[in-house]
Amino acid sequence: MAKMKPEDINVILATDCGSTTTKAILIEKRDGEYRLIVRGEAPTTVEAPFEDVTMGVLNAVGEVEELSGRKLLDDNGKIISPANGEVGTDVYISTSSAGGGLQMMVAGVVRSMTGESAERAALGAGAIVMDVIASNDKRLPHQQIERIRHLRPDMILLSGGIDGGTTTHVVEIAELVSAADPKPRLGTGYKLPIIYAGNKNATKAVEDTLSDKVDLRTVENIRPVLERENLGPAREEIHNLFMEHVMAQAPGYKKLMSWTDAPIMPTPGAVGLIIKTIADMEGIEAVGVDIGGATTDVFSVFRPESIPEGAFNRTVSANLGMSYSVSNVFAEATLPMVMRWVPFNMNERDLRNRVKNKMIRPTTIPQSMEELIFEQAIAKEALRLAFIQHKNFATVLKGVQQQRTIADAFEQTASGATLVNMMSLDILVGSGGVLSHAPRRQQSALMLIDAFLPEGVTRLAVDSIFMMPQLGVLSTVQPQAATEVFNKDCLIHLGTCVAPVGPVKKGGPIMDYKITLPDGKVESGTLEFGQMKLIKLGLSDNDLPLKARAELDPHHGLDLGRGKGHKLETELSGGVVGIILDGRGRPFQLPEDENIRVEKLKAWMTELNIYPVEALNR
Amino acid sequence: MGHAYTPGLKVTEKFLLTKKRILPLKGEVIVKKGDPVKPDDIIARTHLPGIVEPMNVANILGVPPEDLNECMLKKEGDQIEAGEVIAMSKSFFGLFKSKCPAKISGTIESISQVTGQVLLRGAPIPVTVKAYINGEVVEIYEKEGVAVSTWCSFIQGIFGIGGETHGEIKVVVKDNTQVLTDKEIDDSCQGKVVVGGSMVTADAVKKAAKVGASGIVVGGFDDKDLRGFLGYDIGVAITGSEEIGTSLIVTEGFGQINMAQRTFDLLKSKEGQLACINGATQIRAGVIRPEVIIPQDGDIHAKIEESDYRELGLQVGSPVRVIRHPYFGKLGEVTNLPPELEELESGSHARVLEVKFLDGKTAIVPRANVEMIES
Repeated sequence: MAKMKPEDINVILATDCGSTTTKAILIEKRDGEYRLIVRGEAPTTVEAPFEDVTMGVLNAVGEVEELSGRKLLDDNGKIISPANGEVGTDVYISTSSAGGGLQMMVAGVVRSMTGESAERAALGAGAIVMDVIASNDKRLPHQQIERIRHLRPDMILLSGGIDGGTTTHVVEIAELVSAADPKPRLGTGYKLPIIYAGNKNATKAVEDTLSDKVDLRTVENIRPVLERENLGPAREEIHNLFMEHVMAQAPGYKKLMSWTDAPIMPTPGAVGLIIKTIADMEGIEAVGVDIGGATTDVFSVFRPESIPEGAFNRTVSANLGMSYSVSNVFAEATLPMVMRWVPFNMNERDLRNRVKNKMIRPTTIPQSMEELIFEQAIAKEALRLAFIQHKNFATVLKGVQQQRTIADAFEQTASGATLVNMMSLDILVGSGGVLSHAPRRQQSALMLIDAFLPEGVTRLAVDSIFMMPQLGVLSTVQPQAATEVFNKDCLIHLGTCVAPVGPVKKGGPIMDYKITLPDGKVESGTLEFGQMKLIKLGLSDNDLPLKARAELDPHHGLDLGRGKGHKLETELSGGVVGIILDGRGRPFQLPEDENIRVEKLKAWMTELNIYPVEALNR
Repeated sequence: MGHAYTPGLKVTEKFLLTKKRILPLKGEVIVKKGDPVKPDDIIARTHLPGIVEPMNVANILGVPPEDLNECMLKKEGDQIEAGEVIAMSKSFFGLFKSKCPAKISGTIESISQVTGQVLLRGAPIPVTVKAYINGEVVEIYEKEGVAVSTWCSFIQGIFGIGGETHGEIKVVVKDNTQVLTDKEIDDSCQGKVVVGGSMVTADAVKKAAKVGASGIVVGGFDDKDLRGFLGYDIGVAITGSEEIGTSLIVTEGFGQINMAQRTFDLLKSKEGQLACINGATQIRAGVIRPEVIIPQDGDIHAKIEESDYRELGLQVGSPVRVIRHPYFGKLGEVTNLPPELEELESGSHARVLEVKFLDGKTAIVPRANVEMIES
């Protein structure tokens, strides 16, 4: 297809080839703005008997054709381009996580330094990191070799040492990799790609050690000096190799790659890109979460003073999910932590069996209200645990290049140096079946609030139909279209959570509020400790949130972002749920007394209209 | 769009099964096409590369890595024995010598003058692949393995633990509703595949392992018992490598659930016959379910026309089993398949079906929450 100028693009077709479903969306520019027109889906056809991803793509596009009336495929089953009237598309793009996505192993010398930097580079590129091998990872060399041999990754990122530093350790790791003689996961007709991004003085020795056995690529050091990271070149090479090797080995992808107008991206890499693009364009801080059946991905963009351009991070919690991994959520969170969100008693033995039965029959859905409440309680814990992992990983010196002092560099403790700041966070976006398809949007809002515990003023949204991957890759071709569709069609704006932070020893008033709604009506009052209050504020005609002026006055010792006891005057965004005043306190603690806890849960769920009243009083 | 139904687990009286038996690495296939095989027959073998033992010889001798070659008494590719001196340093007119003995027997893989590290490769580890089932070799994959075919009765379980094994079928319960306890297990179960009813207790599994039963096939198993038995909670359903002394195959799910009558009757009818079972389960893309294979005589080259009930999809009259609360484990027949989405009690909208249970009662159930069973 011929390359078009971004401003000339009027019709966009995008697909995401997931491991089970291929999703296609059609975007058109109408009346000067880009909007989602229709979406279609079809089973992914990577595995036998089809073994050609393009069949699933054509089936999904075929559904888009039927629903939109736009002819997109010619008689030979090829995508028609460019668009002409009601025929064809100007651009076709795709992402992919079929066939297990991009699976990588990374290696560094010191686990918490170059090992972590390599892990960040791989995660940011959209990979699943199968293991991190480091000189100090407490495994014996022969155990490390066994592990490398056993894993069969798609590629390895090898790092270690600062430029000009000692070369011995990183060459030792290269020797271990060479001894393991690792084989690629897909196909046997090619050598395993390894990216070397370590001490430049060791490049020659690493090449001598590895170049006969593997397809070695050398890029700039990801940690050229101790206090600075340089992840860009390694990430770029990961994407190149993903296209060249991994995608080229998967059935039908060579054909698919010849169809697309931009490189095919790994799905999580594309999701990260759209979140980063939106956060950068609006200059805001954002957290996105995608909770799936097997894994939960968390993305964040934070802008501490030391990193004004913003630090982007992604983590994958490999065994936190709602179906395949549901049993693991239960095991990691423990029963009492899950049950604390349930406003009635359930038999433990029965619950354990139910969880396991969901694990072995992952496609089932909750039919009864009791099952839904229980499933959403598990989701809160899965999200909470995934976010803890993210906070521990997204520490200072993550993401883009950043200067630190040597003293800081030795303080890479997980606890003290997280970049995640819930008070300054502007928007929290949820995605994945349990959040996107909750029967009531209020349920999604409460799951996000209970799991992430936003502080101060935070907008909440969910992804309506999971089109963030397609919009991510679109942002590389036509950023305006990507952001317009993201805001108007992709996001379902839930509203805003307002949560004062600070110690509250006993009950009583914690915040005065005066909220002037767009129609001039004023909602005012005092929020009590332990109380939740919902104020309705919806969406405008073009699906964007209505705004309300708010004067929020936290009481002594409590903070909304302006300092303890300081009044905040701000604009609050509405949504399908509205403005949620959360007076439950931060840090948040559920009452220990069983009866009070149940009473409180019922009160909050009733105020926010989370479940039918009769379900709560069963 | 794909079919809106959940294919059930296969439970079939007669089925032509072909199993691929492949080596983890290329090696030697030691059977020919057309050979009859038994479960314990070795059909292919190979050697995995030996373990690698790195030794930083330069450090041990206290010499700079670049001087290592001068100290090495062995070169790359040389055979070595454990304890054999592979390098020696000299100093002070040869008076003080440091020696470096090999940690393992094998060969010298590499000598690095950058790191001072010498990699020793241990002896190759032999690996064999057995036939696993009675049958005939129908295809040879050169240097990789074979395909073995047999007619069999075939039962897919929903979840299992433990790997491949085989033994005579021994039904120790009176019907499909009886719980299999340790009382039903005795020495006569040694080497047998023991069949229970609605559930097996942890004590029964322990006793089965103790008396040397090959495996257990049962309707349900309690998660709490599983955890107590394994000593850990299974977080994701990827099993098969547990070493518990016996393999366990659960046909219905967690909790006490009667084994499907058809499954129980099939096993009962094959009592005394050989069953080859594997508890390995993987519930991810490329799903693997545990299996019970009861090989039967028959010409594997005979032309057959197999009709797979699952290809027809869910229809009015299809027998189904509900696989989620509140009707978990109940069997019935589809009486209506409304095309439009309906609201569930949970408030979700989903495609549903109407089912008439064996007791005559009817219910509306999401299509995602049933699986088809053979009539």
